[in-house]
Amino acid sequence: MGGRESTLVLLDENGVRCDGRKVDEPRRIMIKAGGLKNADGSAYIEFGDNKILVGVYGPRDVHPKHMADTDTGILRVRYHMEPFSVGERKNPAPSRREIEISKVIKEALLPAVMLEKFPRTAVDVFIEVLQADGGTRCAALSAASVALADAGIPMRDLVAACASGKVADTIILDVNNEEDQAGQADMPIGYMPNLDQITLLQLDGILSPEEFKKCVETGVNGCKLVYDLQKKALTEKYFQNGGEQ
Amino acid sequence: MDNRRKYVIPGDVITTGPFRPEQNVILDGNKIISTTIGVSEIYDDSVKVISLTGKYIPKINDLVIGKVISHTSLSWELDINSCYVGFLPAQDVFGRDFSAHADELTSKLKSGDLVAARIANFDRTRDPLVTIADRDLGKIDSGDLIKISPSKVPRLIGKRGTMIQTIETATNAVITIGQNGWVVVSCDNPEGLLKAKKAIEMVNEQAHVANLTDQVKEMLESKGES
Repeated sequence: MGGRESTLVLLDENGVRCDGRKVDEPRRIMIKAGGLKNADGSAYIEFGDNKILVGVYGPRDVHPKHMADTDTGILRVRYHMEPFSVGERKNPAPSRREIEISKVIKEALLPAVMLEKFPRTAVDVFIEVLQADGGTRCAALSAASVALADAGIPMRDLVAACASGKVADTIILDVNNEEDQAGQADMPIGYMPNLDQITLLQLDGILSPEEFKKCVETGVNGCKLVYDLQKKALTEKYFQNGGEQ
Repeated sequence: MDNRRKYVIPGDVITTGPFRPEQNVILDGNKIISTTIGVSEIYDDSVKVISLTGKYIPKINDLVIGKVISHTSLSWELDINSCYVGFLPAQDVFGRDFSAHADELTSKLKSGDLVAARIANFDRTRDPLVTIADRDLGKIDSGDLIKISPSKVPRLIGKRGTMIQTIETATNAVITIGQNGWVVVSCDNPEGLLKAKKAIEMVNEQAHVANLTDQVKEMLESKGES
Protein backbone atom coordinates (compact mmCIF):
# COMPACT_ATOMS: atom_id res chain seq x y z
CA MET A 1 0.00 0.00 0.00
CA GLY A 2 1.05 3.58 0.58
CA GLY A 3 0.11 4.76 -2.92
CA ARG A 4 1.57 2.81 -5.75
CA GLU A 5 2.38 4.56 -9.01
CA SER A 6 -0.52 4.33 -11.39
CA THR A 7 -1.64 5.87 -14.63
CA LEU A 8 -5.26 5.73 -13.43
CA VAL A 9 -6.69 9.06 -12.22
CA LEU A 10 -8.38 8.05 -8.99
CA LEU A 11 -9.78 11.47 -8.18
CA ASP A 12 -9.99 14.34 -10.65
CA GLU A 13 -9.96 18.04 -9.79
CA ASN A 14 -13.78 18.15 -9.65
CA GLY A 15 -13.88 15.52 -6.91
CA VAL A 16 -15.10 12.79 -9.23
CA ARG A 17 -13.69 9.30 -8.74
CA CYS A 18 -12.50 6.81 -11.36
CA ASP A 19 -15.94 5.23 -11.65
CA GLY A 20 -17.78 8.55 -11.72
CA ARG A 21 -18.86 8.60 -8.09
CA LYS A 22 -18.60 11.51 -5.70
CA VAL A 23 -16.30 11.33 -2.68
CA ASP A 24 -19.05 10.27 -0.26
CA GLU A 25 -21.15 8.23 -2.62
CA PRO A 26 -21.43 4.45 -2.26
CA ARG A 27 -21.84 2.07 -5.16
CA ARG A 28 -25.24 0.76 -6.17
CA ILE A 29 -26.38 -1.66 -3.47
CA MET A 30 -29.16 -4.23 -3.72
CA ILE A 31 -30.00 -6.67 -0.93
CA LYS A 32 -32.53 -9.48 -1.06
CA ALA A 33 -33.52 -11.57 1.94
CA GLY A 34 -34.38 -15.22 1.42
CA GLY A 35 -34.16 -16.97 -1.91
CA LEU A 36 -32.63 -20.29 -0.89
CA LYS A 37 -35.23 -22.91 -0.05
CA ASN A 38 -33.05 -25.48 1.69
CA ALA A 39 -31.16 -23.12 3.99
CA ASP A 40 -32.80 -21.90 7.20
CA GLY A 41 -32.00 -18.34 6.22
CA SER A 42 -30.40 -16.70 3.23
CA ALA A 43 -29.59 -13.41 1.59
CA TYR A 44 -28.19 -12.12 -1.68
CA ILE A 45 -26.33 -8.87 -2.07
CA GLU A 46 -25.11 -6.88 -5.02
CA PHE A 47 -22.68 -4.26 -3.89
CA GLY A 48 -21.47 -2.49 -7.02
CA ASP A 49 -20.08 -5.36 -9.08
CA ASN A 50 -19.81 -7.67 -6.08
CA LYS A 51 -22.33 -10.49 -6.08
CA ILE A 52 -22.54 -12.54 -2.93
CA LEU A 53 -24.89 -15.28 -1.78
CA VAL A 54 -25.17 -16.25 1.89
CA GLY A 55 -26.87 -19.27 3.41
CA VAL A 56 -27.38 -19.83 7.13
CA TYR A 57 -28.15 -23.11 8.89
CA GLY A 58 -29.03 -23.49 12.49
CA PRO A 59 -29.12 -23.61 15.37
CA ARG A 60 -28.35 -27.28 14.76
CA ASP A 61 -26.31 -30.16 16.14
CA VAL A 62 -22.58 -29.63 16.26
CA HIS A 63 -20.44 -32.01 14.25
CA PRO A 64 -17.73 -32.87 15.15
CA LYS A 65 -19.17 -33.23 18.66
CA HIS A 66 -16.05 -32.04 20.49
CA MET A 67 -16.54 -28.55 19.07
CA ALA A 68 -19.80 -28.12 20.98
CA ASP A 69 -19.82 -25.74 23.91
CA THR A 70 -22.06 -26.60 26.84
CA ASP A 71 -22.38 -22.93 27.82
CA THR A 72 -23.31 -21.41 24.51
CA GLY A 73 -23.86 -22.03 20.85
CA ILE A 74 -21.04 -21.58 18.43
CA LEU A 75 -20.87 -19.60 15.22
CA ARG A 76 -19.02 -20.96 12.21
CA VAL A 77 -18.44 -18.87 9.15
CA ARG A 78 -17.06 -19.93 5.82
CA TYR A 79 -16.19 -17.22 3.32
CA HIS A 80 -15.50 -18.72 -0.05
CA MET A 81 -14.75 -17.23 -3.45
CA GLU A 82 -15.91 -19.07 -6.52
CA PRO A 83 -13.19 -19.91 -9.05
CA PHE A 84 -14.98 -17.64 -11.54
CA SER A 85 -15.40 -14.72 -9.16
CA VAL A 86 -12.19 -12.98 -10.24
CA GLY A 87 -10.37 -12.30 -13.51
CA GLU A 88 -7.94 -15.17 -13.36
CA ARG A 89 -9.31 -18.49 -12.12
CA LYS A 90 -9.03 -18.75 -8.38
CA ASN A 91 -8.12 -22.07 -6.83
CA PRO A 92 -11.27 -23.15 -4.98
CA ALA A 93 -9.30 -24.38 -1.97
CA PRO A 94 -9.52 -21.97 0.96
CA SER A 95 -6.67 -19.50 0.72
CA ARG A 96 -4.95 -17.65 3.53
CA ARG A 97 -7.01 -14.58 2.71
CA GLU A 98 -10.33 -16.46 2.80
CA ILE A 99 -9.49 -18.00 6.14
CA GLU A 100 -8.75 -14.54 7.53
CA ILE A 101 -11.97 -13.06 6.17
CA SER A 102 -13.98 -15.97 7.56
CA LYS A 103 -12.49 -15.23 10.95
CA VAL A 104 -13.05 -11.47 10.90
CA ILE A 105 -16.63 -11.85 9.69
CA LYS A 106 -17.31 -14.38 12.43
CA GLU A 107 -15.92 -12.02 15.02
CA ALA A 108 -17.86 -9.10 13.58
CA LEU A 109 -21.12 -11.05 13.85
CA LEU A 110 -20.53 -12.52 17.31
CA PRO A 111 -21.44 -9.38 19.33
CA ALA A 112 -24.77 -9.25 17.54
CA VAL A 113 -25.99 -12.85 17.72
CA MET A 114 -27.32 -14.16 21.02
CA LEU A 115 -25.94 -17.69 20.86
CA GLU A 116 -26.10 -18.15 24.63
CA LYS A 117 -29.75 -19.06 24.11
CA PHE A 118 -28.76 -22.25 22.28
CA PRO A 119 -26.11 -24.17 24.21
CA ARG A 120 -24.57 -27.20 22.48
CA THR A 121 -25.59 -26.06 19.03
CA ALA A 122 -23.92 -24.45 16.05
CA VAL A 123 -24.98 -21.78 13.62
CA ASP A 124 -23.29 -22.13 10.25
CA VAL A 125 -22.91 -19.25 7.85
CA PHE A 126 -21.83 -20.02 4.30
CA ILE A 127 -20.76 -17.09 2.19
CA GLU A 128 -20.20 -17.62 -1.50
CA VAL A 129 -18.68 -14.79 -3.48
CA LEU A 130 -19.95 -15.17 -7.03
CA GLN A 131 -18.30 -12.06 -8.37
CA ALA A 132 -15.72 -9.91 -6.60
CA ASP A 133 -14.87 -6.27 -7.13
CA GLY A 134 -13.27 -4.94 -3.96
CA GLY A 135 -14.99 -4.62 -0.60
CA THR A 136 -16.31 -8.18 -0.53
CA ARG A 137 -15.80 -8.58 3.19
CA CYS A 138 -18.11 -5.67 3.93
CA ALA A 139 -20.71 -6.81 1.45
CA ALA A 140 -20.47 -10.36 2.78
CA LEU A 141 -20.85 -9.20 6.38
CA SER A 142 -23.92 -7.11 5.54
CA ALA A 143 -25.52 -10.02 3.70
CA ALA A 144 -24.60 -12.50 6.45
CA SER A 145 -26.38 -10.46 9.08
CA VAL A 146 -29.52 -10.26 6.92
CA ALA A 147 -29.36 -14.04 6.41
CA LEU A 148 -29.00 -14.62 10.16
CA ALA A 149 -32.03 -12.46 10.85
CA ASP A 150 -33.90 -14.35 8.12
CA ALA A 151 -33.01 -17.63 9.86
CA GLY A 152 -34.57 -16.26 13.05
CA ILE A 153 -31.39 -16.31 15.10
CA PRO A 154 -31.94 -13.84 17.96
CA MET A 155 -29.79 -10.77 17.40
CA ARG A 156 -29.17 -7.63 19.39
CA ASP A 157 -28.87 -5.64 16.19
CA LEU A 158 -28.11 -6.06 12.53
CA VAL A 159 -24.51 -5.57 11.50
CA ALA A 160 -24.10 -3.22 8.56
CA ALA A 161 -20.72 -2.88 6.92
CA CYS A 162 -19.11 -0.48 4.52
CA ALA A 163 -15.54 0.48 3.74
CA SER A 164 -13.96 3.90 3.65
CA GLY A 165 -10.46 4.80 2.57
CA LYS A 166 -8.00 7.35 1.37
CA VAL A 167 -7.33 8.05 -2.26
CA ALA A 168 -5.32 11.00 -3.58
CA ASP A 169 -5.10 12.38 -0.02
CA THR A 170 -8.89 12.49 0.25
CA ILE A 171 -11.11 10.38 2.50
CA ILE A 172 -13.64 8.50 0.41
CA LEU A 173 -16.57 6.18 1.04
CA ASP A 174 -16.87 2.63 -0.32
CA VAL A 175 -13.53 1.74 -1.86
CA ASN A 176 -13.78 -0.18 -5.13
CA ASN A 177 -11.23 -2.59 -6.56
CA GLU A 178 -9.11 0.02 -8.42
CA GLU A 179 -9.05 2.34 -5.44
CA ASP A 180 -8.16 -0.55 -3.19
CA GLN A 181 -5.22 -1.55 -5.41
CA ALA A 182 -3.86 1.95 -6.03
CA GLY A 183 -5.19 3.95 -3.08
CA GLN A 184 -3.43 4.95 0.11
CA ALA A 185 -5.67 3.35 2.71
CA ASP A 186 -8.65 1.03 3.01
CA MET A 187 -10.73 0.68 6.15
CA PRO A 188 -13.58 -1.86 6.33
CA ILE A 189 -16.03 -1.09 9.12
CA GLY A 190 -18.78 -3.23 10.62
CA TYR A 191 -21.28 -1.29 12.66
CA MET A 192 -24.43 -1.94 14.68
CA PRO A 193 -26.54 1.18 14.03
CA ASN A 194 -29.04 0.94 16.87
CA LEU A 195 -26.48 0.08 19.52
CA ASP A 196 -23.96 2.50 17.99
CA GLN A 197 -21.14 -0.02 18.27
CA ILE A 198 -18.39 -0.95 15.87
CA THR A 199 -17.82 -4.70 15.47
CA LEU A 200 -15.24 -4.73 12.68
CA LEU A 201 -12.46 -2.27 12.09
CA GLN A 202 -9.50 -3.05 9.93
CA LEU A 203 -7.06 -0.66 8.36
CA ASP A 204 -4.67 -1.26 5.52
CA GLY A 205 -2.54 1.84 4.91
CA ILE A 206 -1.37 4.87 6.82
CA LEU A 207 -3.61 7.61 8.19
CA SER A 208 -2.96 10.56 10.49
CA PRO A 209 -5.10 10.69 13.65
CA GLU A 210 -7.37 13.32 12.08
CA GLU A 211 -7.74 11.32 8.90
CA PHE A 212 -8.47 8.22 10.95
CA LYS A 213 -11.31 9.96 12.74
CA LYS A 214 -12.75 11.26 9.51
CA CYS A 215 -12.36 7.86 7.90
CA VAL A 216 -14.29 6.11 10.69
CA GLU A 217 -16.99 8.75 10.53
CA THR A 218 -17.33 8.39 6.76
CA GLY A 219 -17.44 4.61 7.05
CA VAL A 220 -20.09 4.67 9.77
CA ASN A 221 -22.23 6.94 7.62
CA GLY A 222 -21.88 4.41 4.83
CA CYS A 223 -22.95 1.64 7.20
CA LYS A 224 -26.10 3.57 8.00
CA LEU A 225 -26.94 3.70 4.30
CA VAL A 226 -26.37 -0.06 4.08
CA TYR A 227 -28.52 -0.59 7.18
CA ASP A 228 -31.49 1.15 5.55
CA LEU A 229 -31.22 -1.29 2.66
CA GLN A 230 -30.91 -4.31 4.97
CA LYS A 231 -34.02 -3.17 6.76
CA LYS A 232 -35.81 -2.71 3.45
CA ALA A 233 -34.81 -6.21 2.33
CA LEU A 234 -36.21 -7.84 5.48
CA THR A 235 -39.34 -5.70 5.43
CA GLU A 236 -39.97 -6.68 1.83
CA LYS A 237 -39.73 -10.37 2.60
CA TYR A 238 -41.75 -10.45 5.79
CA PHE A 239 -44.20 -7.58 5.66
CA GLN A 240 -45.05 -7.27 1.98
CA ASN A 241 -48.43 -5.79 2.73
CA GLY A 242 -46.46 -3.06 4.52
CA GLY A 243 -47.41 -0.58 7.17
CA GLU A 244 -48.80 -1.18 10.62
CA GLN A 245 -51.11 -4.06 11.35
CA MET B 1 -54.54 -2.10 21.37
CA ASP B 2 -54.14 -2.50 17.63
CA ASN B 3 -52.09 0.65 17.19
CA ARG B 4 -49.56 -0.77 19.59
CA ARG B 5 -48.69 -3.56 17.18
CA LYS B 6 -45.73 -2.88 14.99
CA TYR B 7 -43.53 -4.77 12.56
CA VAL B 8 -39.99 -4.99 13.88
CA ILE B 9 -36.62 -6.38 12.83
CA PRO B 10 -33.64 -7.15 15.09
CA GLY B 11 -32.26 -4.02 16.72
CA ASP B 12 -35.43 -1.97 16.42
CA VAL B 13 -36.31 0.02 19.51
CA ILE B 14 -39.91 -0.90 20.29
CA THR B 15 -40.47 1.51 23.12
CA THR B 16 -38.79 3.11 26.08
CA GLY B 17 -39.86 3.13 29.66
CA PRO B 18 -40.51 0.79 32.56
CA PHE B 19 -41.75 -2.31 30.78
CA ARG B 20 -41.04 -5.93 31.52
CA PRO B 21 -39.26 -7.61 28.62
CA GLU B 22 -40.95 -10.85 27.59
CA GLN B 23 -40.17 -13.10 24.66
CA ASN B 24 -37.81 -11.99 21.88
CA VAL B 25 -36.93 -8.64 23.38
CA ILE B 26 -34.00 -7.37 25.42
CA LEU B 27 -33.70 -4.43 27.73
CA ASP B 28 -30.86 -2.01 27.06
CA GLY B 29 -30.89 0.82 29.56
CA ASN B 30 -34.51 1.89 29.34
CA LYS B 31 -34.88 0.91 25.69
CA ILE B 32 -36.72 -2.25 24.71
CA ILE B 33 -35.11 -3.79 21.65
CA SER B 34 -36.45 -6.53 19.42
CA THR B 35 -34.15 -9.48 18.77
CA THR B 36 -36.06 -11.00 15.90
CA ILE B 37 -38.23 -10.30 12.90
CA GLY B 38 -41.81 -10.19 14.02
CA VAL B 39 -44.76 -8.26 15.35
CA SER B 40 -44.29 -6.36 18.60
CA GLU B 41 -47.05 -6.14 21.16
CA ILE B 42 -47.10 -3.74 24.07
CA TYR B 43 -49.24 -4.61 27.06
CA ASP B 44 -49.83 -2.58 30.21
CA ASP B 45 -46.55 -3.55 31.80
CA SER B 46 -44.77 -5.83 29.37
CA VAL B 47 -43.56 -6.00 25.81
CA LYS B 48 -43.14 -9.01 23.56
CA VAL B 49 -42.41 -9.80 19.95
CA ILE B 50 -44.13 -12.63 18.13
CA SER B 51 -41.48 -14.07 15.88
CA LEU B 52 -42.18 -14.71 12.21
CA THR B 53 -39.19 -16.94 11.64
CA GLY B 54 -36.86 -19.30 13.42
CA LYS B 55 -36.58 -22.85 14.65
CA TYR B 56 -38.55 -24.45 17.44
CA ILE B 57 -37.02 -24.06 20.88
CA PRO B 58 -38.57 -26.47 23.42
CA LYS B 59 -40.52 -24.99 26.31
CA ILE B 60 -41.79 -26.90 29.32
CA ASN B 61 -45.42 -28.01 28.93
CA ASP B 62 -45.48 -27.58 25.16
CA LEU B 63 -47.39 -30.20 23.24
CA VAL B 64 -45.19 -31.42 20.41
CA ILE B 65 -45.45 -34.03 17.70
CA GLY B 66 -42.35 -36.17 17.54
CA LYS B 67 -41.05 -38.87 15.29
CA VAL B 68 -39.16 -41.78 16.83
CA ILE B 69 -35.61 -41.77 15.46
CA SER B 70 -34.03 -44.55 17.48
CA HIS B 71 -34.02 -46.21 20.85
CA THR B 72 -31.59 -47.60 23.37
CA SER B 73 -32.51 -50.26 25.90
CA LEU B 74 -33.83 -47.58 28.26
CA SER B 75 -35.25 -44.79 26.18
CA TRP B 76 -36.40 -43.52 22.81
CA GLU B 77 -35.12 -40.53 20.93
CA LEU B 78 -37.64 -38.34 19.18
CA ASP B 79 -37.13 -35.91 16.36
CA ILE B 80 -39.08 -32.89 17.53
CA ASN B 81 -38.11 -30.55 14.68
CA SER B 82 -35.72 -28.65 16.92
CA CYS B 83 -31.99 -28.36 17.38
CA TYR B 84 -32.32 -30.79 20.28
CA VAL B 85 -33.68 -34.35 20.27
CA GLY B 86 -36.52 -35.32 22.60
CA PHE B 87 -35.66 -37.92 25.22
CA LEU B 88 -38.45 -40.32 26.12
CA PRO B 89 -37.57 -42.69 28.95
CA ALA B 90 -39.00 -46.21 28.81
CA GLN B 91 -40.50 -45.98 32.32
CA ASP B 92 -42.82 -43.36 30.96
CA VAL B 93 -44.43 -45.89 28.65
CA PHE B 94 -44.09 -49.21 30.53
CA GLY B 95 -44.63 -47.87 34.01
CA ARG B 96 -42.39 -48.02 37.03
CA ASP B 97 -41.88 -51.78 36.90
CA PHE B 98 -40.09 -51.47 33.58
CA SER B 99 -37.26 -53.91 33.20
CA ALA B 100 -34.65 -53.54 30.54
CA HIS B 101 -34.43 -57.34 29.98
CA ALA B 102 -38.09 -58.25 30.07
CA ASP B 103 -39.62 -55.43 28.05
CA GLU B 104 -38.87 -54.83 24.40
CA LEU B 105 -39.09 -51.16 23.54
CA THR B 106 -40.00 -51.78 19.92
CA SER B 107 -43.21 -53.49 21.05
CA LYS B 108 -44.62 -50.10 21.95
CA LEU B 109 -42.89 -47.62 19.65
CA LYS B 110 -40.86 -48.34 16.54
CA SER B 111 -38.67 -45.87 14.75
CA GLY B 112 -40.71 -43.84 12.32
CA ASP B 113 -43.75 -43.77 14.61
CA LEU B 114 -45.39 -40.45 15.32
CA VAL B 115 -46.01 -39.52 18.92
CA ALA B 116 -47.91 -36.70 20.57
CA ALA B 117 -45.84 -35.76 23.58
CA ARG B 118 -45.43 -33.05 26.13
CA ILE B 119 -42.13 -31.44 27.08
CA ALA B 120 -41.77 -32.49 30.72
CA ASN B 121 -38.50 -30.83 31.45
CA PHE B 122 -35.96 -28.79 29.58
CA ASP B 123 -33.05 -26.75 30.71
CA ARG B 124 -29.88 -25.54 29.09
CA THR B 125 -27.79 -28.47 30.26
CA ARG B 126 -29.69 -31.46 28.92
CA ASP B 127 -31.81 -32.52 26.00
CA PRO B 128 -35.53 -31.99 26.50
CA LEU B 129 -37.29 -34.74 28.45
CA VAL B 130 -40.65 -35.60 26.97
CA THR B 131 -43.54 -37.57 28.37
CA ILE B 132 -46.51 -39.34 26.84
CA ALA B 133 -48.11 -40.24 30.16
CA ASP B 134 -51.14 -38.04 29.97
CA ARG B 135 -54.55 -37.91 28.38
CA ASP B 136 -54.50 -37.28 24.60
CA LEU B 137 -50.81 -38.07 24.43
CA GLY B 138 -49.15 -41.14 22.98
CA LYS B 139 -48.72 -42.85 19.67
CA ILE B 140 -50.59 -41.38 16.73
CA ASP B 141 -52.13 -44.17 14.70
CA SER B 142 -53.77 -42.35 11.84
CA GLY B 143 -53.73 -39.02 10.11
CA ASP B 144 -51.59 -36.95 7.81
CA LEU B 145 -48.52 -35.06 8.97
CA ILE B 146 -48.14 -31.50 7.77
CA LYS B 147 -45.01 -29.53 8.52
CA ILE B 148 -45.40 -25.81 8.99
CA SER B 149 -43.04 -23.17 10.28
CA PRO B 150 -42.99 -23.34 14.12
CA SER B 151 -43.22 -19.56 14.29
CA LYS B 152 -46.60 -19.74 12.60
CA VAL B 153 -48.18 -22.13 15.08
CA PRO B 154 -49.78 -19.33 17.17
CA ARG B 155 -51.34 -17.99 13.96
CA LEU B 156 -52.77 -21.40 13.12
CA ILE B 157 -54.33 -21.65 16.56
CA GLY B 158 -55.56 -18.07 16.36
CA LYS B 159 -56.83 -15.88 19.15
CA ARG B 160 -58.36 -18.24 21.72
CA GLY B 161 -58.35 -21.02 19.17
CA THR B 162 -60.62 -19.30 16.65
CA MET B 163 -58.63 -20.23 13.57
CA ILE B 164 -58.33 -23.90 14.37
CA GLN B 165 -61.97 -24.13 15.40
CA THR B 166 -62.99 -22.58 12.09
CA ILE B 167 -61.04 -25.20 10.18
CA GLU B 168 -62.22 -28.09 12.35
CA THR B 169 -65.91 -27.26 12.18
CA ALA B 170 -65.84 -26.60 8.44
CA THR B 171 -64.12 -29.86 7.58
CA ASN B 172 -65.02 -32.21 10.45
CA ALA B 173 -61.35 -32.99 10.82
CA VAL B 174 -59.47 -33.61 14.04
CA ILE B 175 -56.32 -31.53 14.10
CA THR B 176 -53.49 -31.98 16.57
CA ILE B 177 -51.06 -29.08 16.53
CA GLY B 178 -47.60 -29.54 17.96
CA GLN B 179 -45.91 -26.36 19.09
CA ASN B 180 -42.92 -27.53 17.07
CA GLY B 181 -44.70 -26.90 13.79
CA TRP B 182 -45.81 -30.43 13.08
CA VAL B 183 -49.52 -30.87 12.64
CA VAL B 184 -51.47 -34.10 12.33
CA VAL B 185 -54.80 -33.97 10.57
CA SER B 186 -57.21 -36.87 10.55
CA CYS B 187 -60.59 -36.92 8.96
CA ASP B 188 -62.94 -39.69 7.86
CA ASN B 189 -63.98 -37.75 4.82
CA PRO B 190 -61.12 -37.51 2.27
CA GLU B 191 -62.46 -34.24 0.90
CA GLY B 192 -62.46 -32.69 4.34
CA LEU B 193 -58.92 -33.89 4.86
CA LEU B 194 -57.74 -32.20 1.68
CA LYS B 195 -59.55 -29.01 2.57
CA ALA B 196 -58.14 -28.93 6.08
CA LYS B 197 -54.64 -29.49 4.72
CA LYS B 198 -55.11 -26.71 2.24
CA ALA B 199 -56.34 -24.35 4.95
CA ILE B 200 -53.34 -25.12 7.15
CA GLU B 201 -50.96 -24.51 4.28
CA MET B 202 -52.74 -21.27 3.55
CA VAL B 203 -52.17 -20.10 7.11
CA ASN B 204 -48.53 -21.13 6.85
CA GLU B 205 -48.00 -19.09 3.72
CA GLN B 206 -50.03 -16.03 4.62
CA ALA B 207 -49.43 -15.77 8.34
CA HIS B 208 -48.68 -12.05 8.18
CA VAL B 209 -51.98 -11.14 6.50
CA ALA B 210 -54.58 -9.46 8.65
CA ASN B 211 -58.09 -10.94 8.80
CA LEU B 212 -56.78 -14.33 7.81
CA THR B 213 -59.50 -16.19 9.73
CA ASP B 214 -62.15 -14.65 7.48
CA GLN B 215 -60.19 -15.50 4.37
CA VAL B 216 -59.72 -19.08 5.49
CA LYS B 217 -63.42 -19.31 6.26
CA GLU B 218 -64.23 -17.99 2.80
CA MET B 219 -61.91 -20.50 1.18
CA LEU B 220 -63.39 -23.39 3.14
CA GLU B 221 -66.94 -22.39 2.33
CA SER B 222 -66.41 -21.64 -1.34
CA LYS B 223 -64.89 -25.07 -1.91
CA GLY B 224 -67.75 -26.67 -0.08
CA GLU B 225 -70.26 -25.36 -2.61
CA SER B 226 -68.49 -26.50 -5.75
